[in-house]
Amino acid sequence: MNAPASTAEKKIIPIVASPDKGSIAPPPGADEETIALYEAHQKIYPRSVSGYFSKWRWALVFLTQLVFYGLPWLEWGQRQAVLFDLGARRFYIFNLVLYPQDFVYLTGILVISALSLFLFTAVAGRLWCGYACPQTVYTEIFLWLEKLAEGDRSARMRRDAGPWTLDKVWRKAAKQCMWIAVGLWTGFTFVGYFTPIHSLGMELFALSMGPWETFWVLFYSFATYGNAGYMREQVCKYMCPYARFQSAMFDKDTLIVTYDELRGEPRGGRSKKADLSTLKLGACIDCSLCVQVCPTGIDIRKGLQYECIGCGACADVCDTVMDKMGYARGLVKYSTQNAVNQRWSGADILRHVLRPRVLVYSSVLLAVVLAMLVSLWMRAPFKVDVERDRSTLARIVSGGRLENVYRLQIMNARETHQTFEVSAEGLPDLTLSTDSSMEVGPTESRWIAIRVQLPYEGATPGSHPIHFTVKSAPDAAVVTEKSVFIVPR
Amino acid sequence: MSDFTSNFWSVYVTAVTVIGIAACLFLLWFSGKAKAMTAHDNTTGHVWDGDLREMNNPLPRWWVGLFVITIIFSAVYLAFYPGLGASAGKLGWTSSGQFQAEIAKGEADIAPIYARFDAMSAEDIAKDPQAHAIGERLFMNNCSQCHGSDARGSKGFPNLTDADWLHGGSPEKIMETLNQGRVGQMPPMAAAVGSGDDVKNLANYVLSLSGSPHDSVRANLGKSKFAACAACHGSDGKGNPALGAPNLTDDIWLHGYGESAIINIVNNGKVNQMPAQVQKLSPAQIKVLSSYVWGFSNTGVAK
Repeated sequence: MNAPASTAEKKIIPIVASPDKGSIAPPPGADEETIALYEAHQKIYPRSVSGYFSKWRWALVFLTQLVFYGLPWLEWGQRQAVLFDLGARRFYIFNLVLYPQDFVYLTGILVISALSLFLFTAVAGRLWCGYACPQTVYTEIFLWLEKLAEGDRSARMRRDAGPWTLDKVWRKAAKQCMWIAVGLWTGFTFVGYFTPIHSLGMELFALSMGPWETFWVLFYSFATYGNAGYMREQVCKYMCPYARFQSAMFDKDTLIVTYDELRGEPRGGRSKKADLSTLKLGACIDCSLCVQVCPTGIDIRKGLQYECIGCGACADVCDTVMDKMGYARGLVKYSTQNAVNQRWSGADILRHVLRPRVLVYSSVLLAVVLAMLVSLWMRAPFKVDVERDRSTLARIVSGGRLENVYRLQIMNARETHQTFEVSAEGLPDLTLSTDSSMEVGPTESRWIAIRVQLPYEGATPGSHPIHFTVKSAPDAAVVTEKSVFIVPR
Repeated sequence: MSDFTSNFWSVYVTAVTVIGIAACLFLLWFSGKAKAMTAHDNTTGHVWDGDLREMNNPLPRWWVGLFVITIIFSAVYLAFYPGLGASAGKLGWTSSGQFQAEIAKGEADIAPIYARFDAMSAEDIAKDPQAHAIGERLFMNNCSQCHGSDARGSKGFPNLTDADWLHGGSPEKIMETLNQGRVGQMPPMAAAVGSGDDVKNLANYVLSLSGSPHDSVRANLGKSKFAACAACHGSDGKGNPALGAPNLTDDIWLHGYGESAIINIVNNGKVNQMPAQVQKLSPAQIKVLSSYVWGFSNTGVAK
């Protein structure tokens, strides 16, 4: 996938970082020796970077975290705007009140998320990984705090290699304090989606948080702290399932962060004033900055690798180097494999965006989004379940009428009182012998026993399909539910 | 494990468990190193088809650490909980013990809710909205199976919403019914009444008591036969709550309406049973429930 066409002799299947050139065939008489199959973690010290893609990444960090940390504090009427009340089984999303019966919408959101992931990946590679994934976002925040306390890459490396001095101790302690603070705040916010965050805050200050809330705050805090502070690229490389199947969405017209080998090689150091044409060198000055900034510690010049999360840090840093050298930007850039190999322009890349795979992903995505919106739009503001009585099949009541009993559960999905009008249809002379109108409180669910009667004379024995129609008085929404009326022999 | 006569299976299960865990640990240690041809380029040196080579991608050591932690966890778990054959574990945990603990916890949780109703009279409880909601749930789970979701019963199961009570309709009587259950017994009376025709006449007389459609000639003939019934149902047929004998003068027919249904009961008798709830429900629950049921026929609270 990564091997440019010009190096046809290099046919390594690039499932991992490809080895350096010159070691393709095993040396004759290679030694047999005992090798370790478990590898000690080698700490990666990513160098901080600034540039176009870095700005985008920070913008996405701010955007996603503004939503995540801010949303639970939003009030909507008398309650929290977004609240998943697991205890009461009501899910509030602004003016939407969802019941567990509305689970299909969650499925819809998941399907939309998955299809969007497929679509973005097919067009522009690992956009999600590089910019929006919580693992990337929190790692970015934690790295920034680390830099505040301990300085950039070289300072951190030097200090870690050196002895424990007072300076090292307080810097490490400061970093830990900041990390733990961000972790705890993240855990607290997370639980705030399930327990009203204002009362959760009160409980926190009064140290009276419930055991489960305490557990989840601490658990989520620890997960944030561990994943963003220590695990970092290990999560992407060894745990994330998406990293393992994203290559199924890639093709040669997918935008990837790539090194322009035709232009860069042969690489080598040179003076800024040196004349490229006489040097017989490519544009790459082998400064290794692209390796130093990489959060997963790979060398982009070895081609596309599964560890590459597509964050564009290497492209940013290479552009600054190219600027300094006075060369054209874009030695490492977002491009496609076809574009690099066949020297396509930006317009050529655009022309190849609308591939069958992209069209299929987008049309399915569009269809699901539309179906979801239409379904939400047409959703009645209440739900009805009809259950036949558990024991009484049918009975004869005074007046010689045949009676069946049903239980109707009416679930009010509005935050106001609703009055409902119930009627039963489907058989001639079918009447309700109970009050046909009932009131259900805001977001309340109420069971009501309904008796339906039929004149006994002339009724054919057996079960007859009938249906209940429930009308909401305020806005005339109608829900119809099927049931059966039983006439005994 | 006490179900087994010997401890063979206990030992067997223990051995399989311990050997399995030890084998995991051994495998982890054993597979940490391998002999391979090395090409010093992160491949094992194995080559197929001229250029297809096997890379050495070692497992991160922290992940090995996680495996070790699971093994430690299993050892700790097996020390505290039952898992090694017949061993009960240090904590002596059992699923029935857990069940009892949950019941005790559940009862402790609801005790303060029911405490409110302790001092209240049945009449007040019947009007209390919280008690109504609790009563409704208790009724749906324990009573509706026979008496119906709307408490109006069906053939053989009394309607609880009317004013007709076989054993008396005061809250105390209802509570007694709930606690001890009831057995309604009507013996076969055909022998005492006489011929089939006599029974038919009697049935018509019984129908006439409530003003139901009947054959008045037969009813007059059957009147004298009612003496056999009067011992329980009273000479006027108004029944006797002390015996649970139904009132025959109202329009309520628990075991079926009409001549043939009455003939059937007179000929064959009937034993009808309401099971006692005292084992199933707590006294506080029975109090709330009986007030709730009493409320069907005595308060204006809509159900």
